[in-house]
Amino acid sequence: MTAKISVQDVRKTFPLKNEEFVALDGVSLDIADNEFVTVVGPSGCGKSTLMNVLAGLETPTSGRALVDGEDVVGPGPERGVIFQQYALFPWLTVRKNVEFGLKVAGLGAAERRERADYFIRIVGLEQFADALPKMLSGGMKQRCAIARAYAVNPSILLMDEPFGALDALTRVTLQEQLLETWSREKRTVLFITHDVDEAVFLANRVVVMAARPGRIYDVIDVDLPYPRTEEARLSPEFAQLRNRVWTSVYHQAPGIAAGR
Amino acid sequence: MSVPTSQVEAPAPPAASPRGATRRTRSRRSTLVVLNAVSIVGGIACWWVLALNGFQFPTPPEVVAKAVQLAGNGTLQEDVLASLSRVLAGFLIGSAAAIPVGFLMGWYTTARGLFEPWIQFFRTIPPLALLPLVLVLLGIGEVPKVFVIFLAAFLACVISTYQGVVSVDRTLINAARVLGAKDATIFAKVVVPASTPFILVGMRVGLGSAWATLVAAELLAAPAGLGYRMQQAQLYYDLATIFVSIVVIGVLGLVMDRLLLFAETRLTGWQERR
Ligand SMILES: Nc1ncnc2c1ncn2[C@@H]1O[C@H](COP(=O)(O)OP(=O)(O)OP(=O)(O)O)[C@@H](O)[C@H]1O
Ligand SMILES: [Mg+2]
Repeated sequence: MTAKISVQDVRKTFPLKNEEFVALDGVSLDIADNEFVTVVGPSGCGKSTLMNVLAGLETPTSGRALVDGEDVVGPGPERGVIFQQYALFPWLTVRKNVEFGLKVAGLGAAERRERADYFIRIVGLEQFADALPKMLSGGMKQRCAIARAYAVNPSILLMDEPFGALDALTRVTLQEQLLETWSREKRTVLFITHDVDEAVFLANRVVVMAARPGRIYDVIDVDLPYPRTEEARLSPEFAQLRNRVWTSVYHQAPGIAAGR
Repeated sequence: MSVPTSQVEAPAPPAASPRGATRRTRSRRSTLVVLNAVSIVGGIACWWVLALNGFQFPTPPEVVAKAVQLAGNGTLQEDVLASLSRVLAGFLIGSAAAIPVGFLMGWYTTARGLFEPWIQFFRTIPPLALLPLVLVLLGIGEVPKVFVIFLAAFLACVISTYQGVVSVDRTLINAARVLGAKDATIFAKVVVPASTPFILVGMRVGLGSAWATLVAAELLAAPAGLGYRMQQAQLYYDLATIFVSIVVIGVLGLVMDRLLLFAETRLTGWQERR
């Protein structure tokens, strides 16, 4: 069986004055269909770069990134992306934002509206469908961005620290909502975060990255059943997994002397 | 007395539009309106007092009488029409040319490389300084005056449009790309709306610049127009006519600016207020 997403020995360097900066080095990762994978790691370890490569916004310096067995060339609507900075179009209402991708795909007005309203309801923004982004709170903006990504029916969702800028309470609520949405509308998800709790709570599998050079340090399976409730979050199994991920993130063995 | 060309300056940097005013309470706003009225009435009173105390100003009633007289024999309308049609022609052509050029410069490196040196160079020259050259090359008809006004409006607007395009948030462009949008759609649906606030600021600055250039151009060479009328009045020491012209110029400029400001608030109300 071919993996839904396959990253094969990807290296990505950025020119830096007269040397090169190695943002990703020898990164390989296979993600199965409908799997929920989270990525944690210290700042600057190349998490966003990895996501941009999969989104088709960056090309790897060497190695391959495959989706459904085919090389990624440029962005495409089958891969939905949710950016850390919301990236809503500020001149469009919530509904028009959600309809954007559908319009690009050439759907008729009635169908667009129906689909948009469905996803706006799923993320609980129906009362704000006609509001401009400036009137929404951070959490509402992010929910709108999630609805917008879902609306074009991507088989893959790439999420870059989507809840990073939110307060802890909103974050927990959105995590639960995301899992609920995901269980209703199964997708393959790559979710980047710097929050260990979040990584464990959401994932089938947690990928821990290390910096300088950016690489995969550890992969930890999370064998907790879905749906995950508050109970799961407070269970000893969860605590154990969290400790493992925590150790892996914050007590990484000294880096391989390669890279910089 | 020489012609006061120094009143024409290079376009000022885009001023921040008066935001946040809407959030103030009503009472605060009405206080402001009252103060505005007090200030205007007080200013006119001072002028009147000075006029009656030996300064060689015409009094306000004399100016009003002059305005009525000029309007009565059609001179005022003729001048306003001549000046407005010049400024609107120059301004509209200038903005219409500036917007596509600004977009091209922001979107294509080639266009930027080709246009930028000329725009940067001509931006440092007050458009009026080109008038003698333009008069020699284009004769003394309407064309040279409209041309310098065009230049004034164009330069102000092109820079602003260009800056609008290059400062479009990359993540918005990426967001459109990952939703499947191609270049043409991104341009029409993201770059254009995102640069609209910049374009409108550029147009406002361009309009101010066009208006200033117009009046000065008419002082130099014109068969009619508000600037020409002042020039004639100066020869006959007709201060009342000069006052009428100044007031009309100010009011027309203000009205045009308010119209653009209105368009700006309608078109760019989506912006987050900081
Ligand atoms: N376009 C670029 N040009 C040069 N260097 C870059 C570029 N993009 C990323 N980098 C560098 O690559 C490294 C990894 O960046 P990346 O954004 O992927 O990190 P990250 O893991 O997402 O970090 P954070 O958790 O802070 O978001 C950083 O050190 C960054 O400086
Ligand atoms: Mg990042």
